[in-house]
Amino acid sequence: MMDCPSQSPSPAAGPDTAPVDASCRAPLFVLFSGAALWLVLASLCSLIASIKFHSPDFLAGCAWLTYGRVRAVATDAQTYGFAMQAALGAALWIIARLVGNRVAQPGLIAFGGILWNLGVLVGVTGILAGDGTGFENFEMPRYAALLLFLAYLVIALWTVLTLRGRRQAGLDPSQWFLLAALFWFPWIHSTATLLLTVCPVRGVMQSVVAWWYSANLNGVWFGLTGLAILFYLLPRLTDRTLHSRHLALFAFWTLILFGSWSGIPAGAPVPAWMPALSAVATVLTIVPALAVAVNVFQTTGCPCCRTKGIPPGSFLAVGTVSFVLGGFLRAAGAVPQISAVTRFTWFTVAQSQLAAYGFVGMTLFGAVYYIVPQVAGMEWPCRRSVRAHFWLATGGILLCVAPLAIGGVLQGLKLNNDQVVFMDVTQSTLLFLRISTLGELALVIGNLLLAVNLVRLAARYSRTHFAPAWKSAMAELEPAEVKP
Amino acid sequence: MNYGPLVFLAAFFGLAVSWFGAVLAPQIQIGRLQQETNMVNRAELYPLSKPGLARQGRDVYRAEGCASCHTDQVGQTGTVCDVVLTDTGTNHTALIETLIKSGLGRSNPGQFLSQLPKTIRQGMTKDQADLLARALKSAGAKAQIQIVPTGPDIARGWGKRRTVAQDYIYDEPVLLGSLRVGPDLANAGVRLPDRNWHLRHLYSPRVEVKGSLMPPYRYLFKLRKTGRQPSPDALQLPEAFAPPAGFEVVPTPEAGALVAYLLSLRADAVLFETPMTAPSALATTPGAPAK
Repeated sequence: MMDCPSQSPSPAAGPDTAPVDASCRAPLFVLFSGAALWLVLASLCSLIASIKFHSPDFLAGCAWLTYGRVRAVATDAQTYGFAMQAALGAALWIIARLVGNRVAQPGLIAFGGILWNLGVLVGVTGILAGDGTGFENFEMPRYAALLLFLAYLVIALWTVLTLRGRRQAGLDPSQWFLLAALFWFPWIHSTATLLLTVCPVRGVMQSVVAWWYSANLNGVWFGLTGLAILFYLLPRLTDRTLHSRHLALFAFWTLILFGSWSGIPAGAPVPAWMPALSAVATVLTIVPALAVAVNVFQTTGCPCCRTKGIPPGSFLAVGTVSFVLGGFLRAAGAVPQISAVTRFTWFTVAQSQLAAYGFVGMTLFGAVYYIVPQVAGMEWPCRRSVRAHFWLATGGILLCVAPLAIGGVLQGLKLNNDQVVFMDVTQSTLLFLRISTLGELALVIGNLLLAVNLVRLAARYSRTHFAPAWKSAMAELEPAEVKP
Repeated sequence: MNYGPLVFLAAFFGLAVSWFGAVLAPQIQIGRLQQETNMVNRAELYPLSKPGLARQGRDVYRAEGCASCHTDQVGQTGTVCDVVLTDTGTNHTALIETLIKSGLGRSNPGQFLSQLPKTIRQGMTKDQADLLARALKSAGAKAQIQIVPTGPDIARGWGKRRTVAQDYIYDEPVLLGSLRVGPDLANAGVRLPDRNWHLRHLYSPRVEVKGSLMPPYRYLFKLRKTGRQPSPDALQLPEAFAPPAGFEVVPTPEAGALVAYLLSLRADAVLFETPMTAPSALATTPGAPAK
């Protein structure tokens, strides 16, 4: 069980990839270590929020740790701190690798990464201090949103510039997905910033913009980057070529066309055509999910069996399954008859957690575990903890998503039955919420394992690379000082 | 899709279509809603902007993330019609005959002739109600059709009707919420009009609601030594939750603003887009048919 992962970096690594990897080293160090830090913090906040369902008085005396703020920080640190940051890192590396070019300005991208982390820090502090905007997935205050926007432009622009002067003729499917994603975020983020915080639009139009933004971020942006990683890594891990470029193209188009229209929940206080159109689009997002399922299955065979021995592969397999399953859950939740039950319940939370942890999280873990050893040129210090992280993450996701989904449906049925007193509805969800705390705990431990592994790898790297250089530099300096 | 610019164009096209359709089109339709004299049977302007203290309270509501557990929107599944008899006319025999024919008052038809206005049939469709009203009219009586919204939210008493875009035009930010850990607050000001109840509930939710999951917001209150005279603002708390002797709990300005905001929440005006018969219209009916 523990002996297999050593071969994982081999398939794509040729002699010519070394300079490319070396040029990625500085930006990826910033982006991945920042991501791991925010990941741990996000899961800790999520755990604190979850414990409050065991005892509402837990940490209630402090304004900075009240439920509403901690919950918002958990979401935003997970989305912007971890997921977007790690995805940007993976995007940079995949594009550079496919092109075979060195990254043009690694220092500038690393600077962008630092700016991004600063933005997240400012934003999270703002939310904790009571400056959150109140819009789901867009809680960061205006000043932090501006920092994030600038940082994103720096990172994305120079990532795209890496494509200049590429040697190969065409573009790989993962490159379509990544290019579209890199372009997508500035537009949706500037729209949301301008229309929600700078000069807010009137009334529920704000909610419409916030829903549009969050559907485009969670559905399309993370969909595009996550699929790019799957389409790049899965064939390489299993030594196959991607089954069909046409099917990938089909998934690409359907994802951007249908995904970008979803988001407005049924029954929202807006003219009826908006939720109706949105429901149709959301149901149609099954199409890209199926296209991806077919493409991955045809490429790797059963992804779970083929990637069994290779840790990044098992993360990616869970990611693929979560993407397809999450697509079905989301589509089911958009059907009017079902959404009448599930809206306003924990079912919607379960569904977004499956997307955020199951698909985005697991895919990015797979990417980090695959990319870092190649870029650093050394193996993970503790392979056992990689495997432990996989099982903790998978178990944690199951323990979070399954109880909340079941509890949510029961809660919805009771909410719709006006004979059930509201307090009973709330009390009936408690059992499921408390089970999900176990899942949150497992996720925290798993995320800590990743962070510790990353820190140990960085320490080992600096020992082997910087310590000798430092020593020789000192050795050169010393005589220079002694001589005069 | 082998060229970068082509991918860029594809993404541009996809996003532009979505932006025009899902952001710009809604903005054209609902982004410029104005305060209107939209209320049925009245010429009042709706909605009114909230008073200053309530607006400060909305900032507290936003900052504390109240919307992560409370929604501010009520839904309805449809409407039904009630038929209300307002005037029996003079031909009581014909009226009773009509009532019996339409399956009402077989046992004691006389009950409908006293204590007007009287709801004689509930939960009908519009067509059925029209039919009955016409039959009553031809018997010389006068009847009114009342439109009543239905649905679990309405049945729980969270509102009289669904909320619509017009209700929110002065909210900034609009905090609709998406999860009902706690009850809906769209009509909190109508349902729970007691300021002191809200203050005690914020200070210690389980004083007012047994088994509540809401976290206490003690940091919105100050514990201070009782002066020569106890403050009139001090919370009246039961023994188990009361501060130690010689101390009192007084709300900070934030708590006062938050409660003012909660009390300002009401969405019960009758609008053309949410047809219903207002309770106030009911109250005025006794005088109306007398003319």
